[in-house]
Amino acid sequence: MIRLSNLSVSEPGYTAGAGASRPLLEVENLFVEFHTREGVAKVINGVTYDVRAGETLAVLGESGSGKSVTAQTIMGILDMPPGRVAGGSIRFHGRDMLAMSAEERRKIRGEGIAMVFQDALSALNPTFTVGFQIAEQYRIRRGLSRGEAKRRAIEILDQVKIPNAKQRVTEYPHQFSGGMRQRVMIAMSLALDPEVLIADEPTTALDVTVQAQIMDLLAELQRDRQMGMILITHDLGVVADVADRIAVMYAGRIVEQANVHELYANPGHPYTIGLINSIPRIDEKGQELRTIKGLPPNLMRIPSGCPFHPRCPRAEQVCTQQLPPLLQVGPTRASACHFAEEMVSRG
Amino acid sequence: MGRYVLRRLLQLIPVFVGTTFLIYWLVWAVPGDPFAGKCGERRCPDAYIDKMTELYSLDQPLPVQYFKYMSNLLQGDFGTTFGGQDVGALIAAAYPNTAKLAVVALLVEALIGLTAGVLSGLRRNGFLDNLVLVSTLFLLALPTFVTGFLLQWFLGVKLGVIRPTVSAEANFSELIVPGFVLGSISLAYVARLARTSIAENRRSDYVRTAIAKGLPMRRVVGIHLLRNSLIPVVTYLGTDLGALMGGAIVTEGIFQINGIGRTAYRAIVTKEGGTVVSVVVILVLVYLFMNLLIDLLYAALDPRIRYE
Repeated sequence: MIRLSNLSVSEPGYTAGAGASRPLLEVENLFVEFHTREGVAKVINGVTYDVRAGETLAVLGESGSGKSVTAQTIMGILDMPPGRVAGGSIRFHGRDMLAMSAEERRKIRGEGIAMVFQDALSALNPTFTVGFQIAEQYRIRRGLSRGEAKRRAIEILDQVKIPNAKQRVTEYPHQFSGGMRQRVMIAMSLALDPEVLIADEPTTALDVTVQAQIMDLLAELQRDRQMGMILITHDLGVVADVADRIAVMYAGRIVEQANVHELYANPGHPYTIGLINSIPRIDEKGQELRTIKGLPPNLMRIPSGCPFHPRCPRAEQVCTQQLPPLLQVGPTRASACHFAEEMVSRG
Repeated sequence: MGRYVLRRLLQLIPVFVGTTFLIYWLVWAVPGDPFAGKCGERRCPDAYIDKMTELYSLDQPLPVQYFKYMSNLLQGDFGTTFGGQDVGALIAAAYPNTAKLAVVALLVEALIGLTAGVLSGLRRNGFLDNLVLVSTLFLLALPTFVTGFLLQWFLGVKLGVIRPTVSAEANFSELIVPGFVLGSISLAYVARLARTSIAENRRSDYVRTAIAKGLPMRRVVGIHLLRNSLIPVVTYLGTDLGALMGGAIVTEGIFQINGIGRTAYRAIVTKEGGTVVSVVVILVLVYLFMNLLIDLLYAALDPRIRYE
């Protein structure tokens, strides 16, 4: 709980143990746009989600749906310009990070919220040893000596199950295999014992066999440390075992949010149905894969009404005119479809 | 690594023999009588010509001349000029001045060029960036002799803050302005190279990771961004040092510095073949070793490069 004094969280009545009652991280009605020469791309259009301690939220969506940009905005690593936060709030322990000073935000990074990136080869600095890159966090943020910091780096490499951590700590990122490199990336993000971990497609760049190992490792670490985890992915298969809740994103909006089992058993949005149907199934071997027809929308010209309507099999007149809000359709679930009630109750 | 260095050193031998022979051949192949004008208005006495012809083996075929010259050289004997001066002593007097000037020029390039490049690369399209772009374009457009004469006249004659020419001792403080003149064009290249490199790496994933780790901005830039961006700049500076060590005929001429460039220039004009070859042999050696050094430096900067 020492870390909280560093963050100077001064909200009355707050204790770290009370994380379960109130979300650690709340994103509310976030808008982000990119200003380019061709015009303004509306990348995030009112995203709302939260994550509590000990919980894993999976954010699911195609590329360009805004799931990574949301994460980058939370971390404060969005390139601005061209990016611009056009509205909304991101609260960590109840305090709006977007209203904080740069220095306050910096102190939350790594210690409060940490991030695992997709491609560890480019995300790690090629010219420093992995030991240096992990140990520098202990030296700079915790003021530990070089020797002590290195000892801690070996310790954390051990925790992500890198064999021979003691020897490998002096090696460079390119000397590691893809899976081991992603473990280094995870070790680095966990070094300062963060409360929330954002994993942005942590297994996309890996071999299928290694993917499962890394996912298991992440799930185990999340459970042991009771972290809140935001798992960003486009792979429904990855999500099922690990996540507690799923938020499905489309065109910069959350279109459905539900518990994992509810979502798989009884999806409440045509887009989610499309995603689930497009998973290749072993009993349909040899048949053509089912896809969602059409392409994700151009973010400079998002269709009127429901942005999914040009691709939606059950779109009606109302869909082209009115934007369906994300509404509660059950105790733990919400959907942004005009026919959500109907779809959920039928299931 | 050791094997690599050894192999590179062995490769130097054929390169060294080849270049020096080519130079030797070219220098003595230049048409004209090497004794013309050596003895004032009169024709040189036959006794002198005979003695010099024998001393330089001028009546022998070229390969024999070259062989004799090289075997003397390998014993540390650079020979004498037609006037009887020891060429080795001539080089020994001039080379330290050239080396000093080169070091000053390199420091000017590295300090000013890198600072300007890094600052403008971090804030692209800002005021400083535009200032750097315009001023480096200005430096690139000006030939060295213009910069040299202008600064000599302005600082040395008009304002009188420096002595217009450098004394025989060639102290470092006297070499600052000549060093700037000599390094000005490379300075502009260094600034632009650093600017591009910083701006490119600024958006790289590992810089983003460093920020996400909550490191202070000055550490993100000073450690993570700079180390990677320096690789091309340092390579350029290394190559440039090799060129600077070859002497600067124009700059040494303007500021009256007794350096290797002027020595070579005077030797070419007065057809002192022995001096020309000796100077060039030294320069070839320096250049070859500089190149090896740069390659090794490259590996030290970027751990992904390994020499086997």
